[in-house]
Amino acid sequence: MKIIACIKQVPDSEAKVKVENGQITWGESPLVINPFDEYAVEGALQQKEAHSGTVTALCIGPESAKEALKYALAMGADDAILISDPALEDIDSIGAARVLTAAIQKIGGVDMVMFGRQTLDNGTGLTPAQTARFLGWPMLGWVGRITVEDGRVTVERVLEEGRQIVKAKLPAVLSIVQSIGEPRYPSFMGIRRASKATIPVWTLADLGLSAPTAAVKRVEIMNPPVRETVCQIITGDTPEAIAEALVEKILAEKVL
Amino acid sequence: MDLSLSPEHEMVRKMVRDFVQKEIAPIVKEYDRKHEPIPFALKRMGELGILGICIPVKYGGQGMDYLSLGLACEELEAADTSLRVVMSVHVGLCSLTLLQWGTEEQKQRFLVPLARGEKIGCGAFTEPSMGSDVAAMTTYARREGDYYILNGEKMWISLASRADLALVTAKTDLTAEKPSRGLSTFIVDLHSPGVKTGDIHGKLGVRAGSTGWISFTDVKVPVENRIGEEGEGFKITMSAFDHGRYTVAAGATGIIRACLEASVAYAKTRTTFGRPIAEHQLIQQKIANMSQDYEIARLLYYQVGWLKNLGKRCTYETSIAKKFATEASFNAAHEAVQIHGAYGYSDEYDVERYLRNARGAIIYEGSSEIQTLIQAGYALGFRQDKPLRCEPPAYDEKEWQS
Repeated sequence: MKIIACIKQVPDSEAKVKVENGQITWGESPLVINPFDEYAVEGALQQKEAHSGTVTALCIGPESAKEALKYALAMGADDAILISDPALEDIDSIGAARVLTAAIQKIGGVDMVMFGRQTLDNGTGLTPAQTARFLGWPMLGWVGRITVEDGRVTVERVLEEGRQIVKAKLPAVLSIVQSIGEPRYPSFMGIRRASKATIPVWTLADLGLSAPTAAVKRVEIMNPPVRETVCQIITGDTPEAIAEALVEKILAEKVL
Repeated sequence: MDLSLSPEHEMVRKMVRDFVQKEIAPIVKEYDRKHEPIPFALKRMGELGILGICIPVKYGGQGMDYLSLGLACEELEAADTSLRVVMSVHVGLCSLTLLQWGTEEQKQRFLVPLARGEKIGCGAFTEPSMGSDVAAMTTYARREGDYYILNGEKMWISLASRADLALVTAKTDLTAEKPSRGLSTFIVDLHSPGVKTGDIHGKLGVRAGSTGWISFTDVKVPVENRIGEEGEGFKITMSAFDHGRYTVAAGATGIIRACLEASVAYAKTRTTFGRPIAEHQLIQQKIANMSQDYEIARLLYYQVGWLKNLGKRCTYETSIAKKFATEASFNAAHEAVQIHGAYGYSDEYDVERYLRNARGAIIYEGSSEIQTLIQAGYALGFRQDKPLRCEPPAYDEKEWQS
């Protein structure tokens, strides 16, 4: 079974992201593998172990994104490919889906493509579905459990309303959620392999593509308004009096 | 000279940090309060390969280098000392000493299950009336045919009640001209008849750690379990301390970092006199001292890791790293409590645990006073490293990973 885990490198979840001179900045916080994508890698590795096969981690990003791919290798992925091109700096989700589709087709013979349910930075969660559309494959979103049998995949979708069991023919595109299980830590053997790995870099020319035109344009980015918080200590002679004063405040502020 | 960590080292550090921050840090306070080890910690450390981190693959380990061991210890102790103590005794005292002094057959028989985490090891040297004065130990191993008959008691032994194997040093020659030449070292199966173990309660710190005693009553130890030659016990014990002290130094560095991080976070949010206490110079001084000590402690243990990778004896450098880091960690924890004020004095915050945990390392694995004597001995030329029959094995990436 040939599985692709699509990953992205994003600022660490503890980074303080802000806008400076119209540009997004996260200071000196490290860039890491998108935490949601760790579940995709975990899901891919579980299927590799269950059915013997290979997992290839695929990422669009600058040279630094090789670190995210190395993390996937350290977790147990067999190969990693970086797609890097200056023309890809500001792509939107549909552009990313076109590029990933071309790469998946170039790899060839793929049975399943797994994504995290969204990225931590843009957070649209659209790329998995758009990639499925371009590939012409079924899209199974928000997947928490996967069973593969006789060329078909059965998944449990974790939805707000409950669980839904869905079947599809392979090949298919899946977006994975936390119910798949905690992502494994990199093993020491994986760390050694990852640190020595040479990761191939594909450009748009390698994929036979020209620079994708963005369907969505970012017009303006701004910091959220600064919240002014005022702390007020409510006092009173008795606990009852304090409680009464607190209730009055809550009603006056229309909190309730 | 390149003092930066390799991508491999960075990944090792992140992997161990992720493990302890996700699985240990959220619950350790609860176990520290109960004076109980975290029940799954040893098993998880074994599953993740941490218990065999710097043992060659052919002996069941992960084939990483000595610096990786130090980095792992720093991360483990930044969460809780009890985890680093496991590394000090299982890896430092027991496994690395076997790697240095054991025969090929002994390595296959004992080191492989230890490195895989299938068996837990410890080092048993200290006795109820003997600590720093190793040659004064009274545990006695009498040779009878193909066995030694072991009698005596060991005290303050980490993992005493949890370990399967113990590296034990005992007297074998009561008439030796120099007491240190009458010692021999054995690997003892703690499930053997005549072995009893128990825990020590009422410790100031490392309450989520297991510390205990082992008594030996006519315990039959096969001759093939003797590590090294008869009479080499003192040298083997000193080698074990070199390995163990390195892990203590690296771990104590983790406490300094934890104190620094906790103090910085608290100082930025706590206000007095209308501004965050981080803006008060006396608080800044404490934080600057922690920051400086962290950098010094880190570089000192990196140096030891580097020397160990080269296969060089580094008793002197290890002694400096151990003494500096353990004393600095206690100072850092003391100041961290001060920065946190009354909150720091309660176990609502972690810094009081850091303070209690840091204190012990100034005593165990060679007290600060012993380290001072070692350092003075080298500085004055009274002490020189003589060649050992088994020198510490250098890290050979190709060999260790095949």
